[in-house]
Amino acid sequence: MSAPPTPAIEVDHLVKTYAGMTAVADLSFTVARGEIIGFLGPNGAGKSTTMRILTGYLPANSGTVRICGHSVATEPDAVKRLIGYMPENNPLPEDMRVSEYLYFRGRLKEIPRRKLSPRIDEVLELCDLKRVRHKIIGQLSKGYRQRVGIAEAILAEPPVIIMDEPTIGLDPHQILIVRDLIAGLRGRMTVIISSHILPEIEMTCDRVLIINRGRVVAQGSPADLRREVLGRTTYQLITAGSLDALPTRLTAVEPTLKITATSEPDATGFVTLALSTERTDELGEPLLQSLITHGFRVRALSRAQPTLEDVFLAATRRSWDAKLAPVATPAGPAT
Amino acid sequence: MKHFLTLLSHELRMLLVSPSTYIAGTAFLFFMGFIFTGILENYTKAPQDVSPAHVFFQLFWLPVFFMVPLLTMKCLAEERRLGTIETLLTTPVTTTEVVLGKYTAAYALYLSLWGATGGFFYILKRFSSDPRLIDSAPLIGGYVFIAVSGLLFVAIGVFASSLSRNQAVAGILCFVMLAGLIVGVRWLGEASFLNRDILAPAKAAVDYAQIFAHYEDFTRGVIDARHVLFYFSGTALALIFSILSVEAKQIHA
Repeated sequence: MSAPPTPAIEVDHLVKTYAGMTAVADLSFTVARGEIIGFLGPNGAGKSTTMRILTGYLPANSGTVRICGHSVATEPDAVKRLIGYMPENNPLPEDMRVSEYLYFRGRLKEIPRRKLSPRIDEVLELCDLKRVRHKIIGQLSKGYRQRVGIAEAILAEPPVIIMDEPTIGLDPHQILIVRDLIAGLRGRMTVIISSHILPEIEMTCDRVLIINRGRVVAQGSPADLRREVLGRTTYQLITAGSLDALPTRLTAVEPTLKITATSEPDATGFVTLALSTERTDELGEPLLQSLITHGFRVRALSRAQPTLEDVFLAATRRSWDAKLAPVATPAGPAT
Repeated sequence: MKHFLTLLSHELRMLLVSPSTYIAGTAFLFFMGFIFTGILENYTKAPQDVSPAHVFFQLFWLPVFFMVPLLTMKCLAEERRLGTIETLLTTPVTTTEVVLGKYTAAYALYLSLWGATGGFFYILKRFSSDPRLIDSAPLIGGYVFIAVSGLLFVAIGVFASSLSRNQAVAGILCFVMLAGLIVGVRWLGEASFLNRDILAPAKAAVDYAQIFAHYEDFTRGVIDARHVLFYFSGTALALIFSILSVEAKQIHA
């Protein structure tokens, strides 16, 4: 598929209020075609509302949403043909068989009858549902039900797939399967997933969008976000020696390098220290050399990888602190 | 209307595979058979003025009060409660198609349940030696009345179902609306305060909406366009309100 000029999803100054409560406040973002984007936010941040507006299920109060160039408000029919949607909690009819359900949904999504059966087989294979294709959905376990929901979303091969918490309630093994499944869509389909499971998003998504109180508080690739939101690197050092001289040694290596936490010395006199610096490049080697030449005994030095969780917490905290401060938007690939 | 047939065949299929359909059907036939035997017993005791079919269909309100809420309370309330309405309406399907599909399926079930009572008359014809017991005019008139009035009753049930996500509430709402329409209007027609001159238009409207009076006309073989129009327009109104109700709930979700 050659990249068409219009992005897959364009959201511009979207506002949605429920009975006086603002769920989405002036949200704007763009998703390029073929991108897998993770949608993060604390509970009540407006994730599900935004997704429902994207699908055309809920109308927005103001702002525009375009899916592949079609406006959700004025061309809902065109938009519905372009999306596959899996809502929060994955509602499924209890009393249908898996293959029956997919057939029914396929007909509703206007897949020609002739192509539908092979496509259902393909999707069942892809989602590892072959064994349960004749089972009644109400009797399936959570993991299978979740995969039925995903199978349904990708059934018509829409260019845009919107999934609201697809991995909620799954065991680690099932999460792995779902993750592979989503990764398998990379490049072919644009995928938006919301999740609370942060490592999950980090491993699957090209780009992360963190929203809080209906606003984008940070966006970019996980690596960008780490740098932009946390703005510093932390190291863990286990050492023994004169701790009083240590701060001078550290500043000699890098002026911004500071000790942020010190543990009690263990039985052999080693202390675990947390160091923090504004430098983002690797300081390990000069630091080690400097410490050793000045008589410190070093047992370990490691650069701590801040997880997306730290970024998420920092970004949402920042948005709570600065209520109406200008929204920080580190440069992402599609902005 | 592209998806109407897909939705309808889905709904019918779900009705056919659901055990509750058969339980409801059996219970309905058992109940109606009980009434029918009661009517026939009266005929064995004393000669009657009208045919058994006439008496049988005169009691139409009894099964309508119980069957229509039971048949329709599930249709939209269940979708909303499970949240499947969200997946349904995010496919290229319009609310109109969804409501019409559900309505048509419920109406088809309503008709087929009543149609099954035709067996009673067949048995009566087959085993009774008295041909006077089977009078075809009130029989046909009765079934036409059931079919036409059923349009409105089922539409009211669908509307009630669109108002609540709780099936029990939807069922009770439907029961109240049907009772208001069938018994309430009859009571109003007999009320003396409407006889004042100033209330004459209201009296005329109440008289127009007398479902029991419509029934009498139908069984006499009078198929009045005004009656048919009453049911058709009422059906259209109830369905339009159902569609608006589903869409309004979406906006104020």
